Amino acid sequence: MNADMYIPAEFEVIRSDRCVNCKICEKQCANGVHYTDKKTGKIVADSEKCVNCQRCVCTCPTHALKIVKSDNAYRQNSNWSAQTMNEVYRQANTGGVLLSSMGNPRQNPTYFERILLNASQVTNPPIDPLREPMETTVYLGKKDVEIKRDNQGRLVDTLAPQLKLTMPIMFSAMSYGSISYSAHESLARAAEELGIYYNTGEGGLHKDFYKYSGNTIVQVASGRFGVHSEYLSTAAAIEVKMGQGAKPGIGGHLPGLKISDDVSKTRMIPKGVDAISPAPHHDIYSIEDLRQLIYTLKEATDYKKPIIVKIAAVHNVAAIASGIARSGADIIAIDGYRGGTGAAPTRIRDNVGIPIELAIARVDERLRQEGIRDSVSIVVGGSIRSSADVVKAVALGADACYVGTAALLALGCHLCRHCHTGKCNWGIATQRPELVQRLDPEVGYKRLVNLLTAWNHEIQEMMGGMGLNSIEALKGNRLMLRGVGLNEAELKVLGIRHAGEDM
Amino acid sequence: MNINIDEKTDFQLLNRRIRGVEDKNIVINGCVGQRYIATGLSDKKLLINGTPGNALGSYLNGGEVTVYGNAQDATGDTMNSGMIVIHGNAGDATGYAMRGGKIYIKGNTGYRAGIHMKAYMDFKPIIVVGGRAGSFLGEYQAGGIIVVLGQNDDGLPIINNFCGTGMHGGKIYLRCDKLPHAIPSQIRVEKVKGSEVEELKSIIEDYCSYFKELNAEYLLNADFLSLFPDVDNPYKRMYTNN
Repeated sequence: MNADMYIPAEFEVIRSDRCVNCKICEKQCANGVHYTDKKTGKIVADSEKCVNCQRCVCTCPTHALKIVKSDNAYRQNSNWSAQTMNEVYRQANTGGVLLSSMGNPRQNPTYFERILLNASQVTNPPIDPLREPMETTVYLGKKDVEIKRDNQGRLVDTLAPQLKLTMPIMFSAMSYGSISYSAHESLARAAEELGIYYNTGEGGLHKDFYKYSGNTIVQVASGRFGVHSEYLSTAAAIEVKMGQGAKPGIGGHLPGLKISDDVSKTRMIPKGVDAISPAPHHDIYSIEDLRQLIYTLKEATDYKKPIIVKIAAVHNVAAIASGIARSGADIIAIDGYRGGTGAAPTRIRDNVGIPIELAIARVDERLRQEGIRDSVSIVVGGSIRSSADVVKAVALGADACYVGTAALLALGCHLCRHCHTGKCNWGIATQRPELVQRLDPEVGYKRLVNLLTAWNHEIQEMMGGMGLNSIEALKGNRLMLRGVGLNEAELKVLGIRHAGEDM
Repeated sequence: MNINIDEKTDFQLLNRRIRGVEDKNIVINGCVGQRYIATGLSDKKLLINGTPGNALGSYLNGGEVTVYGNAQDATGDTMNSGMIVIHGNAGDATGYAMRGGKIYIKGNTGYRAGIHMKAYMDFKPIIVVGGRAGSFLGEYQAGGIIVVLGQNDDGLPIINNFCGTGMHGGKIYLRCDKLPHAIPSQIRVEKVKGSEVEELKSIIEDYCSYFKELNAEYLLNADFLSLFPDVDNPYKRMYTNN
């Protein structure tokens, strides 16, 4: 992968005697790991180049391949891990800022795993979702309406625009550019079939996907790529991106190499020129300034679209959310520090922000205290990995969840964390036509539909077990949660009791 | 049609009215800071007497907005096409991320004019400032043309600090013979030459056709500097794959 002589290969490609020399692995690997030895005519591997994306393993017709972590080891040192040492070698070699992909891989507390759900026994019986109605539909938007009547005494509809979701899940923002056309098509079609939404990210909306606009959330970020009046008015909702969990305080930078003809057209920027989207919007320095951007978007769409403001979960997230709730936003999206990314500086990704579980609990609590919880809906992301994470997030106070990485896994991603190289063998995080065509949207969208349909069944089962038949009754219902192995400060922030403590 | 307003007029009502009227020519009299006027408009000709508020003509997608007075901040934010003419000064962040169309200002502009300006296919945005520009002119500029003519009489320099920070495309023309401030190392400065002379001439002649009191020949008879990024992708060398 890199030619740094100080860094030994991390993986070993092992080929068993089942290999029939069919060379499929050679065709499948964009990193050039597999090649034919000129002397013997046999296929061999250069493990040095392997990123462990598992593409060759999965496509090998005789199951002859496996990739293992090399057992070559540096002298053991609890302070200096091999990864930390390799990072020093890389920077000594190049002088560059370290750039990584996907979410924070380090061992950090994942509070979802230390939270347990309740279930009903005897007195408050569970509900069987197979036989009884179980409501998972969620409406996102402002609910704090003034009751107004006309001169005939009839109610006047003053409800702000709402997004209707059949389940408390949406696909999170991933731009065309960071992921492929096929990946976007899969997400868009799945969102339509499921009755949920996908999010364009800040890369604009491809003209082919305007037909899915009823299930599209479009993003407006500091670089304003692809933002024009038709883009705004076609969408179901508009998201102002202020921050991202994987890189709070850091902007986006799509290298010119990835700005293909089509990406250039969609982002409405010149081909081959870097697309720089810095962290600050240079016209936003206050909640009042944010309000100004929100109102230009509302004016441009005649007040018919909910406006989402997305921020990263940072230390002062509750106060920031309170400001956003007062800025005219309809929905706040909060992205936790384990959230994914197509590329982020390693140090930022691994060291900045807070876990989403703590952010949800604090924001929900703060908005309730201030009596403005109904002014906004809360959508959370930043590593929602299963239906259990969704249920716990909702019980902590979220209205709905964004899933990104799980959706990419459904499309074939094996988390090799090399998106930034643009050589994704699964056709997801790449713009190379020969790689993009490997991902068939027809298959991809069905896999996404399967995944979320399964999650929705599981959500209903967990709700039923708790004796709840409506997701609304779960929202902010922290009595349904108990912590295990958490200290007092953690329990206090989460607003939950320790397992074993009763009501 | 004429719409007469005063400081009590709510911006939402005003803007709904502008969107609703069939008449393509609208004159607004007595404008006092109403925000978001002409946001997303594409097919109307607006003449504003007074001072429109922030975000005049955001996402403008055609048509023409003329202001007899000053404009405030974020004029022409993310404008796609069309024309904004200001017969006075314009505030901060004028033409933020504009991708097409023109903004002609007779007077000065504030901080961050032309930030994130880009060009795309046939779209080539142009901002012309008659007076001076504040700090951060053309920050992160990725395309398009900014011209500053320095016709201000307050004795202040034509540009201020940090002009072209993060600029990676497009061009800035300044009507002066030497820079009053240092600029970032990735920006090159040269005297206007070759095809630039023609380009500048047509821009300034067009600009002057909107301001009868200005004379293109006089304005062109001066030194101009051209500022542009020295390489295509000045930032890619910063990173190391990990």
